[in-house]
Amino acid sequence: MAMKIDVSGLKKYLLPAGLAFLLLINLFLVLEFFGVEVIDRYVKGILILMQINIILAVSLNLINGVTGMLSLGHAGFMAVGAYVSAILSIFLSKSNLPEVLLFPLVLCAGGLAAAFIGMLIGVPTLRLRGDYLAIATLGFGEIIRVVILNLDITKGARGLPGIPNYTNLWWVELFMVLSVLVIWNIIKSNHGRALVSIRENEIAAEAMGVHTTYYKVSAFVIGAFFAGLAGGLFAHYLGYISPKSFDFMKSIEILLMVVLGGLGSLTGSVIAAIVLTGLPELLRFLQSYRMVIYSLTLVLLMLYRQEGLFGRDEASAELLRKWLTPRKKNHPGGEAGEPTES
Amino acid sequence: MLEIKEMRVAYGAIKALKGISFSVNAGEIVTLIGANGAGKSTTLKTISGLLRPQSGSIIFEGREISTAPSYEIVSLGISQVPEGRRIFPRQSVLENLELGAYQRKDYKGIKEDIQQVFSYFPRLAERQNQLAGTLSGGEQQMLAIGRGLMSRPKLMLLDEPSMGLAPLLVQDIFRIIKEINANGATILLVEQNANMALSIAKKAYVLETGKIVLSGSAEELSRNEQVRKAYLGG
Repeated sequence: MAMKIDVSGLKKYLLPAGLAFLLLINLFLVLEFFGVEVIDRYVKGILILMQINIILAVSLNLINGVTGMLSLGHAGFMAVGAYVSAILSIFLSKSNLPEVLLFPLVLCAGGLAAAFIGMLIGVPTLRLRGDYLAIATLGFGEIIRVVILNLDITKGARGLPGIPNYTNLWWVELFMVLSVLVIWNIIKSNHGRALVSIRENEIAAEAMGVHTTYYKVSAFVIGAFFAGLAGGLFAHYLGYISPKSFDFMKSIEILLMVVLGGLGSLTGSVIAAIVLTGLPELLRFLQSYRMVIYSLTLVLLMLYRQEGLFGRDEASAELLRKWLTPRKKNHPGGEAGEPTES
Repeated sequence: MLEIKEMRVAYGAIKALKGISFSVNAGEIVTLIGANGAGKSTTLKTISGLLRPQSGSIIFEGREISTAPSYEIVSLGISQVPEGRRIFPRQSVLENLELGAYQRKDYKGIKEDIQQVFSYFPRLAERQNQLAGTLSGGEQQMLAIGRGLMSRPKLMLLDEPSMGLAPLLVQDIFRIIKEINANGATILLVEQNANMALSIAKKAYVLETGKIVLSGSAEELSRNEQVRKAYLGG
């Protein structure tokens, strides 16, 4: 899709907070070169998973929040990306391609494979709406998992070990920023408006001359591509993947981030991904009760803010002021400070 | 301009249109009147490509369009103002209008046309940054018509513009439909409010359970005994 690069909104809202956060991490990483270790492996791991989840949430938001297609198979695309890139890099690691070239290459291959599967699934199912589409995508997500479970090359239920650990914070940051930028630009372009019009009223969109099938499939395929990319990063971080990591619950987890952040709000997805990845870790001191608190947080959020943290708006200083002025002490207002905190 | 021959449409086993034929000449206002379920909206949706006919032909400016997808039909110069308005509720009035011009790339022309819409409906200009879902019913209808104009259609299909509106507003809307027609757009109007429709139309067709039972000039039909009894309240 050809489009103008539009960073005006990003500059105002997301960039200051996000960049400050990224700069801080990078500062820590640079310090490490000089032997000062500020963040340990554990924190680094959380930061990596957070950013992988950001890619997943943002890409599902394009499908689910912006275009309004309820898809429950996102983990399936992640699985395709993870396995394709992992198998490729196991195979290619014997060649003498340098890692800087090899890693983006296999990640893109994984993304493209996921996008291709997305197209195969999208063309027949996207004529369905709402609950029906949700069930169809759920079914396809499971099919992908079961196929992986039964193939030889994926080593089935035993899982695939020995994936080179290429993923580090630098790579994840690079791909996270790229994903958010690309999807942000799609949403803010003319194509984005077509997608929103489909969500708002598909029949009217069609009557306005929007090629609805084309746009729905495109959004689905682009979302699948980035999910595949995230899957690749995930596989090369853990070094071992098994079909269990990509079951239905993973799809639900991603969906949670999108719904909590606000359908259609990219900044919302980013922040929700950070919070939902970080929260279980922060609550670790509660031991087995932590999942109760985690779940309770979700229930409370849905009770008091059905539209998610940000609704359909993007996070901004103005929005923060709006939250803080009418009612003091309100929950979502506090959460906007979260990205720098973790 | 538009020629429809023996068009049949069915929803599954239910036959909605049992072979209708009619024509619209350039510059005219033509109206289809009839009761609920007669097939009026089905006719419009089939012309604009939202439904597919089982058989028959739809010829627009010499081109067969019965199998063309809706986005192509829009680009040929047909625009539909759908029944029940179907505006985009969470978009602003201005964004709704811009979406109406979705297929156009001439930004200057689009700006001019937005001003043109605002001159037809000054109330939309006052509310251009308001979310469309917060408009009153009448204003939403104005927006739906305005949005339909934004593709610079040669032929405009209007589906029940009077639905659910106060009588005074209905008169307003019909006055503007006449004005739009005077400015060059051909109009195919579907209405239950037969009185109003016949007062501005040139030609009229009466649709009953999927068939055209009467046709003629609007004047003739408004004097017709049968039509008066069935649709005009005496």
